[in-house]
Amino acid sequence: MSLGPAEVAKIAHLARLAIREQDAPAYARNLSAILDLVAQMNAVDTTGVAPMAHPLDMAQRLRADEVTEPNQRAHFQTIAPQVEAGLYLVPKVIE
Amino acid sequence: MMEWETVIGLEIHAQLATQSKIFSGASTAYGAEPNTQACAIDLGMPGVLPVLNREAARMAVMLGLAIGADVAQRSVFARKNYFYPDLPKGYQISQYELPVVQKGQLTIDLEDGSSKVIGITRAHLEEDAGKSLHEDFHGLSGIDLNRAGTPLLEIVSEPDLRSAKEAVAYMKKLHQMVVYLGICDGNMQEGSFRCDANISVRRKGDPKFGTRAEIKNLNSFRFVERAIEFEIERQIDLIEAGGKVVQETRLYDPDKGETRSMRGKEEANDYRYFPDPDLLPLVLDDEFIAAARASLPELPDAKKQRFMTQYGLSSYDAGVLTTSRELGDYYEATVAALGGEPKLCANWVMGDFAAFLNKENRDIAQSPVSAAQLAGLLRRIQDQTISGKIAKEVFEALWAGESDADAIIEKRGLKQITDTSAIEKVIDDVIAANPEQLAQYRAGKDKLFGFFVGQVMKLSKGKANPQQVNELLAEKLKG
Amino acid sequence: MNSHLPAAMHDKTLTELSAGLAAGAFSSEELTRVFLARIEQFNPGLNAFITVTAEAALAQARAADARRQRGEAGPLTGVPIAHKDIFCTNGVRTSCGSRMLDRFIAPYDATVVEKLNAAGVVMLGKTNMDEFAMGSSNETSFYGPVRNPWDLDAVPGGSSGGSAAAVAARLVPGATGTDTGGSIRQPAALCGITGLKPTYGRVSRWGMIAYASSLDQGGPMARTAEDCALLLGAMAGFDLRDSTSVDRPVPDYVALLDRPLAGLKIGLPKEYFGEGLDSEVARVVEAAIAEYRKLGAETVEISLPNSQLAVPAYYVIAPAECSSNLARFDGVRYGHRCENPKDLLDLYTRSRAEGFGAEVTRRILVGTFALSAGYYDAYYLKAQQIRRLISDDFRRAFEQVDVIAGPTSPTVAFNLGEKVDDPITMYLSDIYTIAVNLAGLPGLSLPVGFVGQRPVGLQLIGHYFAEDRLLNVAHRYQQVTDWHRRAPAAFA
Repeated sequence: MSLGPAEVAKIAHLARLAIREQDAPAYARNLSAILDLVAQMNAVDTTGVAPMAHPLDMAQRLRADEVTEPNQRAHFQTIAPQVEAGLYLVPKVIE
Repeated sequence: MMEWETVIGLEIHAQLATQSKIFSGASTAYGAEPNTQACAIDLGMPGVLPVLNREAARMAVMLGLAIGADVAQRSVFARKNYFYPDLPKGYQISQYELPVVQKGQLTIDLEDGSSKVIGITRAHLEEDAGKSLHEDFHGLSGIDLNRAGTPLLEIVSEPDLRSAKEAVAYMKKLHQMVVYLGICDGNMQEGSFRCDANISVRRKGDPKFGTRAEIKNLNSFRFVERAIEFEIERQIDLIEAGGKVVQETRLYDPDKGETRSMRGKEEANDYRYFPDPDLLPLVLDDEFIAAARASLPELPDAKKQRFMTQYGLSSYDAGVLTTSRELGDYYEATVAALGGEPKLCANWVMGDFAAFLNKENRDIAQSPVSAAQLAGLLRRIQDQTISGKIAKEVFEALWAGESDADAIIEKRGLKQITDTSAIEKVIDDVIAANPEQLAQYRAGKDKLFGFFVGQVMKLSKGKANPQQVNELLAEKLKG
Repeated sequence: MNSHLPAAMHDKTLTELSAGLAAGAFSSEELTRVFLARIEQFNPGLNAFITVTAEAALAQARAADARRQRGEAGPLTGVPIAHKDIFCTNGVRTSCGSRMLDRFIAPYDATVVEKLNAAGVVMLGKTNMDEFAMGSSNETSFYGPVRNPWDLDAVPGGSSGGSAAAVAARLVPGATGTDTGGSIRQPAALCGITGLKPTYGRVSRWGMIAYASSLDQGGPMARTAEDCALLLGAMAGFDLRDSTSVDRPVPDYVALLDRPLAGLKIGLPKEYFGEGLDSEVARVVEAAIAEYRKLGAETVEISLPNSQLAVPAYYVIAPAECSSNLARFDGVRYGHRCENPKDLLDLYTRSRAEGFGAEVTRRILVGTFALSAGYYDAYYLKAQQIRRLISDDFRRAFEQVDVIAGPTSPTVAFNLGEKVDDPITMYLSDIYTIAVNLAGLPGLSLPVGFVGQRPVGLQLIGHYFAEDRLLNVAHRYQQVTDWHRRAPAAFA
């Protein structure tokens, strides 16, 4: 499958990755090559085959409803890029 | 307007009343300092993993059973991927193709007394996001992730609602249900119960649905009604002017009373749902579901029906008294303590009791007057010790903290006067003091009867038995 | 220098060092100093370590010695190890080989780290790796490539290249690694050491920065199967914090090493010995298999017919999961943040573009595409169906055989820079290892010879939770051969 720079730009936006215009063609080529590799999956007919999401045939374990985590705000915020009054700061969120 | 039909579906997010988050052990308590209830998992730190809260699963099942839905014994968590600062992992853990609760229904009561069955498409578990605070931090927004990870149950209705009023009735019914079940505190100001409305219009008779707009985050019944009404008109006006309704997300502005398009959500989001590989399928065995079923309380409709048959109450009265479990319980305790008189109890619980609670913005749990105390008061009305009017004074005293009706009646000398001769004496005094009015009454001015009653009550300090006053006064005035 | 220390301490296996500590031949502090000195001397030429925690290591070593004095030591007490820089280590930088986390000081310990700490190990530092575990040569790291100690022009393999090189160069007797498509086994093979990827769910993923959640597993890398058995015993076990962790007792892997191999049925998949396999590598692997026959094992030709689909399916599933797992790196709560973002979109797109390298970017793009509207069925769903077919192939094979054997890698270590511009060729380095992750089975690589200077690894694949069997099968071979004792000349 062939992808061009325009498609790459769309995907990059979905993934919030800034791709320089000069790099877009190379990424487009790489992605197309990978998708060609992936297309080899079509060599086999998988109609009726149950998809396998996990190697384990297990059910989700349930946890008791208890508060077990203390307040560690100071600890976690030592590595934060920008905080004030205990809040994480980001450019204005427009709603 | 006659030629148009409105189609509405509601998506309601109910915050489940668990102690800890859906996937972590951090607290869900409301009102904490920012980010003091956001653990590594809630912050989306590298390397963290989710583990499901059993209580959230149980609460979802309770709702499913209460709406007569199929509870999926196997459901799957999926990632809904998008970027937003209040979404720490860059995805929300939700349920997509296989939700825990499948088709159910809720019966709503319409204003004309009829009822309508509203379909519920599904209900699924998911985690809440954090909050953005827009007060200026030098032009920046502040993100609080305390709320991130709080369990939500998203309940999706079929597009069966046909008016703003129906939508509100449905929302109120569902609100009542989740509070009854004890799975949600229903506090809309705190964001425990939020509503998104999908609205479209079509010409009557058109089998196809029109293009719908979604109005997000309506957090009061009033706003829901107004927003929907505005939106219906907006869409109709738009189409009649030759325009087309755009499928988009809109916000309701309560100050302006209008909906507007949400800036910043230009393109439709591609959420790229896929099963969350950090979680395994949620398998609920028969035992789990049976235990949930066994713990269901008497549901609102059933309770209302029972109140009508057991206590002989009207549909309206039964409806008011079963608005909440607490009110229903209080009512029943009052009747039990009094040993009967369901109508009298109903009047007082719905009347003075409710009025006092509302005035002071109290929950029943905080009522200074217990059901037993109220019953004690009502007993004295029942046995004619006091009149209904005096009882109001006694109730006020009880509310203020005095211990019981009898003590108050005794202390303040409030016993009703039922002695005929005593009442006659008062009447005689009143008649003697008001010769003009007597003459006018006897001349035909019947309205003055009320005047005389008033004077008798005043002179007797309200203690004369009203019925006897009426009878005796009528006789004496006749002359 | 301590003259009483046995010569070539660094050449002893982890097991031998454990015995030496227990016998009081040397202290943990002495041992730790030996390895720290070697790291200081040799790491600049190898770039195997991103962070060296010398002071903390010495403190841990002293504490270990004190425990030993009190009679509280276990087999791993005081033994120096290194952690792949993908495991969160509280208070210590955890970079994942990426600029995105270059200044990230982990605020908590991974379960693997906690467990090994509880066993008393001494952490010397964090090893280099392909960025976010995406790579097969350790050339995508923000911190520069790692060199293969056997030939400094060659790659060590990846993504656990730093751990493999550090062990092979005797900078540390054992290390942790992670394996999503072969990232423990392939570098182990290319560096001539032993590495094990456990069954999915055997080792907790809590604190192990996620690449592809349904494929990732942490495991031991050391010079011998015996060493790996010791490490795995401490690393493995049920963890309440990981929903995909399996509640199953951990066997005493060391005690189970010596079982005889007579009657063992080894399956040889014909698909693993055909086109794509270097003929010299094939020769070395055949010789190793012949050795197994001498040990009493029986070989059976089997077929894993859907083998060719493993790499294509992997390159949908892993990127898809990673595109979602890496969405949290947005410059808001930790990690790299761009300077002066002009708005939210700029914050995201620029922080992420500056933080991630080209390979990570490629995989995020592929993954995003595969999950996007209209493509989910054709890509992601299809890949999960192929995964089922591959698992079924193995299941059928294990009805006939006890273990499956073959080359770990189709070639020996290639040169630095050789495949870096051709992602597809790079991806094909993992053709023998990837299927094992898709099925969630355990896999091990052990050194079985050389082509020129560059090591060759034999891969053993076992049934679910048969790590004990794999370690046993590898150990018996290591008792009658000495490939695992060879040291690269520059680091002997």
